[in-house]
Amino acid sequence: MTTTQLPTPRHAAAPGPVAPVPSVTPRRRRAGYLREQVSGWGMIAPAAVLLLAFVFLPAILGFGLAFTNARLISPRPVEFVGTDNFARLFTDPTFWRALLNVSYFAVVVVPVQSCLALAMALLINKKFRGVNFFRTIYFLPVVTSMVVVSLLWLFMYRKDGLINEILSAVSFGLIPGADWLNDPATAMPAIIALSIWQAAGFHMIIWLAGLQSISGELYEAAQLDGASRWHQFRYVTWPGLKHTRSLVLVTITIQALGLFDQVSVMTQGGPLDSTTTIIYEAVRSGFKQQETSYASAISLVFFVLVLLISAVQRYLTREKD
Amino acid sequence: MNKRFTRVLATSIAAAALMGTLGACGKGSSSATTEGSNEITMWTHAAGNPAELAATQSIVDSYNKSSGAKAQIKVQAFPQESYNDSVVGAASAGKLPCIVDIDGPNVPNWAWAKYLTPLKLSADLSKNLPSTVAKWQGETYAVGYGDVALSMFARKSDLAAAGVRVATIEKPWTKDEFQDALTKLKALGKWDYPLDMGTAGAGEWLPYAYSPFLQSFGGDLINRKDYQSADGALNGDKAVEWATWFRDLADQGFMAKKSGKDSTQDFLNNKSGLLYTGSWAADKAHAALGKDLAVMPTVDLGNGPKIGGASWQWGVTSGCNNTDAAMDYLSYSLKPENVAAVIKATGGIPATDGAAALIPAFAEGGANRIFMEFSREYAVLRPETPAYPFIATEYGKAVQDILAGADPKTVLDKAVKAIDANIKSNGGYKS
Amino acid sequence: MKNAIRLSSAGAMAVRILFAAVAAFPIVFMLVSSLKPDQQIFGDMSSVAAFLPIGNISLDNYTAVFDRVPAARFLINSVGVSAVTVVLGIFVNSLCAFALSRMQVRGKKVVFTAILATLIVPFQTLALPLVWWVNQLPYFELNGFSLEISKGWLDTYQVQIIPFIANAFSIYLYHQYFESIPKELDEAARIDGAGWFKIYRQVVMPLAGPATATVAILTFLPAWNSYLWPLMVVQSEELRPVMIGIQYFFQLNVSWGEVMAYASLITVPVVVLFIAFQRSFINSIASSGVKG
Repeated sequence: MTTTQLPTPRHAAAPGPVAPVPSVTPRRRRAGYLREQVSGWGMIAPAAVLLLAFVFLPAILGFGLAFTNARLISPRPVEFVGTDNFARLFTDPTFWRALLNVSYFAVVVVPVQSCLALAMALLINKKFRGVNFFRTIYFLPVVTSMVVVSLLWLFMYRKDGLINEILSAVSFGLIPGADWLNDPATAMPAIIALSIWQAAGFHMIIWLAGLQSISGELYEAAQLDGASRWHQFRYVTWPGLKHTRSLVLVTITIQALGLFDQVSVMTQGGPLDSTTTIIYEAVRSGFKQQETSYASAISLVFFVLVLLISAVQRYLTREKD
Repeated sequence: MNKRFTRVLATSIAAAALMGTLGACGKGSSSATTEGSNEITMWTHAAGNPAELAATQSIVDSYNKSSGAKAQIKVQAFPQESYNDSVVGAASAGKLPCIVDIDGPNVPNWAWAKYLTPLKLSADLSKNLPSTVAKWQGETYAVGYGDVALSMFARKSDLAAAGVRVATIEKPWTKDEFQDALTKLKALGKWDYPLDMGTAGAGEWLPYAYSPFLQSFGGDLINRKDYQSADGALNGDKAVEWATWFRDLADQGFMAKKSGKDSTQDFLNNKSGLLYTGSWAADKAHAALGKDLAVMPTVDLGNGPKIGGASWQWGVTSGCNNTDAAMDYLSYSLKPENVAAVIKATGGIPATDGAAALIPAFAEGGANRIFMEFSREYAVLRPETPAYPFIATEYGKAVQDILAGADPKTVLDKAVKAIDANIKSNGGYKS
Repeated sequence: MKNAIRLSSAGAMAVRILFAAVAAFPIVFMLVSSLKPDQQIFGDMSSVAAFLPIGNISLDNYTAVFDRVPAARFLINSVGVSAVTVVLGIFVNSLCAFALSRMQVRGKKVVFTAILATLIVPFQTLALPLVWWVNQLPYFELNGFSLEISKGWLDTYQVQIIPFIANAFSIYLYHQYFESIPKELDEAARIDGAGWFKIYRQVVMPLAGPATATVAILTFLPAWNSYLWPLMVVQSEELRPVMIGIQYFFQLNVSWGEVMAYASLITVPVVVLFIAFQRSFINSIASSGVKG
């Protein structure tokens, strides 16, 4: 922090250094402070009001519904039912299956996607002819809508589809090919592959941002010391990416836990619940089955879960600092 | 007052005003509100289906031009895939239009929720195909221009080659005959799977297509005595028999656990020998196969062949502030020539003989006449209870799980438990 | 040594090309298939022809798309909605981040934490209460000279825009970027008598170009791709965005060629836009201080 060189009055009510205007009389300082508060809040207000109105309020509304028996379509009055919805939720095997699926998804996607994204970022971090071409291609899947992408892959995953044809061509017919989305064993891996394909480009960009923030001098020094490529990576690049790592980790985890679009378009949770997710169950209950309150309970549990995981991740990454 | 803050404030207000103007430009001219004019809105699921939409639109146009028009009707079309989601969104915000298009089995749910108002039409519905008139608790809430009927398609030449007789209304295939026919057709070795049941379908297709088999075995989606429980109906011996039979069709290699996206096209391309599909595919199949096409009733699995009744229908919402005009339009639209025009576009079965007479294929001796007979003989309405939308999702999931290899009894028990709990938590869906 | 380097850079290029092939093949497949009749799409699937515009190539699918879907109208709507969301989003979020980063506002830590907390709420869980809520909001309409107030935002453009203006990730990006701009600049401006808004507008924002480019793209993509929300809140066909159009194709008989054509039609503008801004975008995101 490089703020003011002026001596700051310790006793001031302000939490930090106050208006750095030279020759401050107490009166003017007070006026400046007030002005800063009012202007500051005025600037925060538009975004804060919008977030309050369109995120916090509906979220609280939704959480409140979780303790009632509200339905989407019903002439019956809404009643408070306590924790009934949660009792039902925790005894619902589909919910536990969804939790398991999402964990499976996250456990595979988080490391694989971040590694691939890092590899891509390293590959295009240098200046070479055509670097912009590769950057564009790598980012292409990200700019394509998930709905379109899912449709496309739905088509490619068919038993007589492109994926199987490619696999069989590459392996000279050794890999027989699966009925990817219709087999409980392969449906989730298929969705994982598609998701990584679609999102890796985005995290590549975040890694790239981290890579470019590492000073070139460090590499020059390492090269002078005769460090190998691997050593440069190990002792310069990797430590330099410390902050980026935690950002990538957190964003991929949140994305993974919220898995929905792909499942909704491609498998509707099947076969045999092998691809259902928490958010998919919430949407299924809330829209298709009209059980608004139950869907709200699922959302609330999901929210708490993500909060817990983020807290744990924050704690872990902080400890290493 | 602080100058800078005034500026910030002014900018914020300017931004808000900008949003306001944007909104003003953006308010759809066709929104559900009547805006004082004599206009009422009608929603249909036909977006993306130009023929059906044009037929509906031309009825509306002729009504709007007619001297007796009590209001100007404005059509708003939605794609069928997401129609229910759109309606759910609008309904939860209390913004339904005057006239809605609604899938027949959902009518009791909407009536119970007081979204629909009982129809008071000048048109006489007593001669209509029964499955085109949706009733709940003694009141008529919706009416359709027609229905559709499920059937089995095959090539006569294939059946002859396999030595299988053509099923007829007088003598449908029995369960054993069906098994035998599939075995013989498979032995021809012409196709990967001799039968295509459209198992790639999702949503309402699942209960629509497969609950009739369950009913033919003697089971049902719910006990229709009082509509309070599915126990015994959906998980009894008959239901387990149905589930086992259905899965065996896949296990024996007679049909795919998940068929192609377009079953009709696959059948016409000779990728399957026997196709389970509806009257909507008939014109296309006739055009492609001509006299070789055999349109047969579905299988008698014990209690006679069954098919699902009720297709898309029209209702008037209770929030409508010009119900008189809405009813008037519906009565007008039910004229035989109007019904015939829509039915020609959708490939359905006309609701009345008057309309049937205007469509050569459905007139006495016409190629599609047989579908009318299927509908009259076999149609079973999906349970007329407000619980239906929930039952449909549970049953659909059960079908998918059974096909994917789950234990039938376990799956059906689970569905019954969920359905019963839902009914109970809704106070038995009593109004 | 030199040979080894040449070898390794050749190896790196091979890996780059492999990755590029994997990234691009589904999209190439989509574009190529959009030019073929259905029959041929399936026929070509078993060979490299799936990626080549050969055989019976025509724009028939595109013609059919325009018959089925008011695609031009949908494209205009999406361009409008996305553009307005981006512009307002840049303003509102940067303003908020400015105050949070550069001013000594009491309680800003709590506010910032609360803002970041919204990142973990997936939109799907908010959708239903939000539908109800936006329909309780007042709606102002200028009718001639009189201002009419009615209730409910359903079926408007604003309901597709306003809930998505404020965005925690954008605020976070701006905040991080603003932190990297020396605060001495503010002080100098303040000594010259500049107010906070002037500092925001004339000192900080001109330097924040890279962050703005990033926020613009990251706001544009979800706005363009939004699907579930317009499904629920937009009834009029003339207000629908592009993604809803996809639904028009899933009739009893799906024409995959048309689906591919429509998918290409709504993807290509974004790709072109991205290629046009590619250099400034990637360089900007790379320098925008996304550092965690």
